[in-house]
Amino acid sequence: TYMPRPGDGAPRAVTLLPGDGIGPLVTGAAVQVMKAMHAPVYFEEYEVSGKMDKVPLEVMDSIRRNKVCLKGGLATPVGGGVSSLNVQLRKELDLFASLVHCFNLPGLKTRHDNVNIVVIRENTEGEYSGLEHEVVPGVVESLKVITKFCSERIAKYAFEYAYLNNRKTVTAVHKANIMKLADGLFLESCREVAKNYPGIKYNEVIVDNCCMQLVSKPQQFDVMVTPNLYGTLVANTAAGIAGGTGVMPGGNVGADHAIFEQGASAGNVGNERLVAGKTANPTALLLSSAMMLRHLQFPSFADRLEQAVMSVIAEGTYRTKDLGGTSSTQDVVDAVIDKLN
Amino acid sequence: SISSESDEEKTITATLFPGDGIGPEIAVSVKQIFEAVKAPIEWDEHYVGTKVDPRTGSFLTWESMESVRRNGIGLKGPMTTPIGKGFKSLNLTLRKELGLYANVRPCLSIPGYKTRYDNVDLVTIRENTEGEYSGLEHQVVRGVVESIKIITRQASLRVARYAFHYAQLHGRKRVSAIHKANIMKKTDGLFLECCREVAAEYPDIVYEEVIIDNCCMMLVKNPALFDVLVMPNLYGDIVSDLCAGLIGGLGLTPSGNIGDNGLALMEAVHGTAPDIAGKNMANPTALLLSSVMMLHHLKLSDHADRIHNAVLTTISEGKYLTSDLGGKSTTSDYTKALIDHL
Ligand SMILES: Nc1ncnc2c1ncn2[C@@H]1O[C@H](COP(=O)(O)OP(=O)(O)OP(=O)(O)O)[C@@H](O)[C@H]1O
Ligand SMILES: Nc1ncnc2c1ncn2[C@@H]1O[C@H](COP(=O)(O)OP(=O)(O)OP(=O)(O)O)[C@@H](O)[C@H]1O
Ligand SMILES: [Mg+2]
Ligand SMILES: [Mg+2]
Repeated sequence: TYMPRPGDGAPRAVTLLPGDGIGPLVTGAAVQVMKAMHAPVYFEEYEVSGKMDKVPLEVMDSIRRNKVCLKGGLATPVGGGVSSLNVQLRKELDLFASLVHCFNLPGLKTRHDNVNIVVIRENTEGEYSGLEHEVVPGVVESLKVITKFCSERIAKYAFEYAYLNNRKTVTAVHKANIMKLADGLFLESCREVAKNYPGIKYNEVIVDNCCMQLVSKPQQFDVMVTPNLYGTLVANTAAGIAGGTGVMPGGNVGADHAIFEQGASAGNVGNERLVAGKTANPTALLLSSAMMLRHLQFPSFADRLEQAVMSVIAEGTYRTKDLGGTSSTQDVVDAVIDKLN
Repeated sequence: SISSESDEEKTITATLFPGDGIGPEIAVSVKQIFEAVKAPIEWDEHYVGTKVDPRTGSFLTWESMESVRRNGIGLKGPMTTPIGKGFKSLNLTLRKELGLYANVRPCLSIPGYKTRYDNVDLVTIRENTEGEYSGLEHQVVRGVVESIKIITRQASLRVARYAFHYAQLHGRKRVSAIHKANIMKKTDGLFLECCREVAAEYPDIVYEEVIIDNCCMMLVKNPALFDVLVMPNLYGDIVSDLCAGLIGGLGLTPSGNIGDNGLALMEAVHGTAPDIAGKNMANPTALLLSSVMMLHHLKLSDHADRIHNAVLTTISEGKYLTSDLGGKSTTSDYTKALIDHL
């Protein structure tokens, strides 16, 4: 047990962005479960859609005030002039670290066993700089920007995460054999930070080999730290081998704020079939909500929620289609509420 | 045209680079099998030189390059680039000199060779000349560096054309363009635009676009969802290795490099494996499957299919396997078994 300070049980405000597509379904699931367990949080809900060209000011204010936000996916238009609201949020709030926890849930059979990987990805620069231009017709350039500042801060976050969570190894993912300066700087920063954590093993892997290793021997990886683009690839690959985006929790965190959402493919809003049939898998968002409760320092609420979700998965009676079942989102929510003790 | 035209009766001369390490041994195996199926191929063998040829700036001679250019077709074993300064890597020399703009890797599960994925049958086609591998990087100020990714209409159209041509030639139904145009709207956007243009010329082939992260996830959950994938350079590098992982690693994976006017140089994906070189232990399968690609490229499908089927039967029977696949056979035993299965 821990000894809370007086007032630590006061309910905390959390900004809620249900988002597009399956977002309202899965965030709705989290709201119901939180309510059923009388978790000390209340939600400030805002309707935001990826179709807007900017995150409304009042929403930004709410997140800035509450420091914590739970969100569904915001649809990202492909092509066109509008930039992704998911990316806007991360940049505006300087949520420099994206974290995805990819692990085998007990009882859920996948092709690989004993996967337990945490992907920590730099979230603000790299290939997502948004700096692109046409040099002459038919020739376009995109700038990948890597800075020592951002590389060091993500490396520090990764090692600190490993240290605080009793993880043994941090692996940096790169392509420094080709991008000698850019990925070279990233590696150099990781190596420097690694020196301050003698208890944690540090190694490096080239991104293409990394993906090959992930599909053949994922057990060799523990915490991975990556520049922006490689991170989303590694996280989605790792999520895929451990059960899919519907079950992997995660979020984005900066010095002051944190947004919790489906871990891999955070911008994922599912498809019409899922929305119409109300069959999206709420597992990922429920586990992310548990991460959020722990972040708010409500560890026993976090444990209860996690255990309830895990035992529903382990029993296997209520599973959505992506896990080979036929249950609706609500079936799973009811089963989880049933398991709360 | 993209594929070399050929008349079945005529003998075709092809350049052969046995390469270093296990290269010569596995090349012998290929030559024996080609003889056994009476493939109408005459090999023009070239070895990597021992000193730099000033005309190419590398250990590969100008005559070797001329041979590939003249023949328009070649097969290459693994090569080591000696460590040192003042010369280019052999692979880079080949790519630049021969204008090899696309890298093609068929990934097919081998029945009987058990991996966690047994339903893989897809082909990755990677743009090989630009993108993130432009080599243009600079330091803006201390602690801030930029790396430039270049996408051109010309290179994107060229690789898209090859992808659709390949799909048609091999009776494949679908081409997926892999991209990140939701973030890199202009560069990957241009790549997609070019793919769409070419797709319009192939109404019989289904065309779709898949975001790279989602592609990685779908590949590891159910690789059977994909047929032919076409991608810019970096995505191709990553996805092709991921796919090789699905079927059991680099040792079984063939590849082809495509240049202008139908020029093609096929090669095994693996390296020189110095640890087992000269011991009659190497697995020639990857090079052999590369030679099967070469025969297909030359439209010698009958010979290609005979060799391919012999490989599949021999491996699925499992009686004559080399040690990398958990067997005890030597390179020559395995080759002999293959010939018996032709
Ligand atoms: N929470 C979830 N529950 C169930 N499935 C999910 C969830 N999140 C993502 N997915 C699935 O991940 C896949 C990728 O999502 P995406 O938004 O790209 O949909 P899509 O490409 O339109 O889907 P599809 O390929 O099924 O048509 C989809 O199959 C989607 O249904
Ligand atoms: N065709 C093959 N048959 C059997 N074993 C192989 C084969 N190719 C690779 N291997 C094994 O895999 C290991 C790594 O392969 P790879 O070919 O990349 O060698 P390498 O030592 O990295 O050579 P290089 O320096 O040329 O890349 C080898 O040491 C060898 O044991
Ligand atoms: Mg590679
Ligand atoms: Mg090697």
